[in-house]
Amino acid sequence: MDAFADQFFNLEVMAKYLPDVVGGLWVTLALALGVIVSGVALGLALACLRAFQWRPVNGLIVLFVDLFRALPPLVLLIVGYFGLPYAGIQLSGFTISWLCLSFVLAAFAEEIFWAGITSVHKGQWEAARSTGLSFPETLIYVVIPQAVRMTIPPLTNRTIAITKNTALASVVAVQEMLTVAQTSLAYAANTSPLTLAAIGYLLVFFPLVVLSRWVETRFAWKR
Amino acid sequence: MDWEVIRFSFFNLDSLAETYPLLLRGWWMTIKLCVAVVPLGFALGAAVAVLHSFKWRWLNWLLIVLVDFFRSIPPLVLLIYTVYGLPLLGLDVPAFGAVLVAFTINSAAYYGEIVRAGIESIPAGQMEAARSTGLSRLQAMTNVVLPQAVRNVAPDLTSNTLELIKATSIASVVALPELLRMGRIAQGLVYNATPLIAAAVIYLLMLWPLVRLLSRLERRVLAAR
Repeated sequence: MDAFADQFFNLEVMAKYLPDVVGGLWVTLALALGVIVSGVALGLALACLRAFQWRPVNGLIVLFVDLFRALPPLVLLIVGYFGLPYAGIQLSGFTISWLCLSFVLAAFAEEIFWAGITSVHKGQWEAARSTGLSFPETLIYVVIPQAVRMTIPPLTNRTIAITKNTALASVVAVQEMLTVAQTSLAYAANTSPLTLAAIGYLLVFFPLVVLSRWVETRFAWKR
Repeated sequence: MDWEVIRFSFFNLDSLAETYPLLLRGWWMTIKLCVAVVPLGFALGAAVAVLHSFKWRWLNWLLIVLVDFFRSIPPLVLLIYTVYGLPLLGLDVPAFGAVLVAFTINSAAYYGEIVRAGIESIPAGQMEAARSTGLSRLQAMTNVVLPQAVRNVAPDLTSNTLELIKATSIASVVALPELLRMGRIAQGLVYNATPLIAAAVIYLLMLWPLVRLLSRLERRVLAAR
């Protein structure tokens, strides 16, 4: 038990590497925030675009969604970071991580928003159009507000799951929390810095997971 | 953009011919990992959900905290713990075993939540009727309630299985020779991105049908509401 405490909860080691890990936490938070904002925005934009039912555009959207739902995020990161340079495109690990995770979140968000839009009753469309609103106006002022309410629980869950993937950015040399913890782990030959990072993730995500539970009951689908 | 360079670096058939045995070996490891971890994760998750349905208050609090705990930790962090942490404690666990432990725990948290929702969607009358025929509580749960519950949440279970299969690629980070890891090794041998693209294509071939199936399941659920 002493060996266990020394290996995983060594306070001396923790105190030494705490500033580094906190520095990494800020990078994790910046990446997470960037991914959430651009991913959800792109997903909503794509779902609105899909509502216009232009055949070729819809085909492309479905292709985009399927591709980014089927491919593991880590595969995207690795292809982007280690593959693209062969084509002369060299982006930083942070940019690659932000782009890839945003696309993945956008794909899932598009599906969720689209499901929300199609679940709004047809009468809502017809009533809004009959008052003289144009198609885009109907979409923005009448349909989207009702659709978004229904999408909140699945979107919250999905956003949390994808945002946790910021830990994968450690594979493409982003100095986020897990990278810093792993470097410290190697220096200290002790697992305690990793425990710090785990506590960091808990501080960020545990409240969000609890929130998602509340959201699920609060915004539940009306059956 | 120079298309000849693109073709040479990303769709190089010579490189593919040279490295495909490596990729196939990686793919086989990915399959083995999935075949082991999907049933284990589901079984542990279902066990958690069944325990939760017995409504022992303190146990339920504990289960919810545990489930939320493991839903808050990125799988990669858990993986590094089991792969590098356990040996430091003097436990001699092979890499495959350590990876298995991490993914089983992580996916059980998600499967558990889904099965719990399924169980709660079954009217209490089912349990009462089954009990009145003389079945014990556990028998009624596993033979009457659980099968219906699982059917009710089939789309979510499929979705979670898809996510789990995708997540196994993370095992490449701890040097388990699965598909993505072999793709990286092969890339180092031929100095171009073709093996990475090939690995991505293999993932697509495996998972695209599942994504399509899922879209249809989800649409049907939506239509039923």
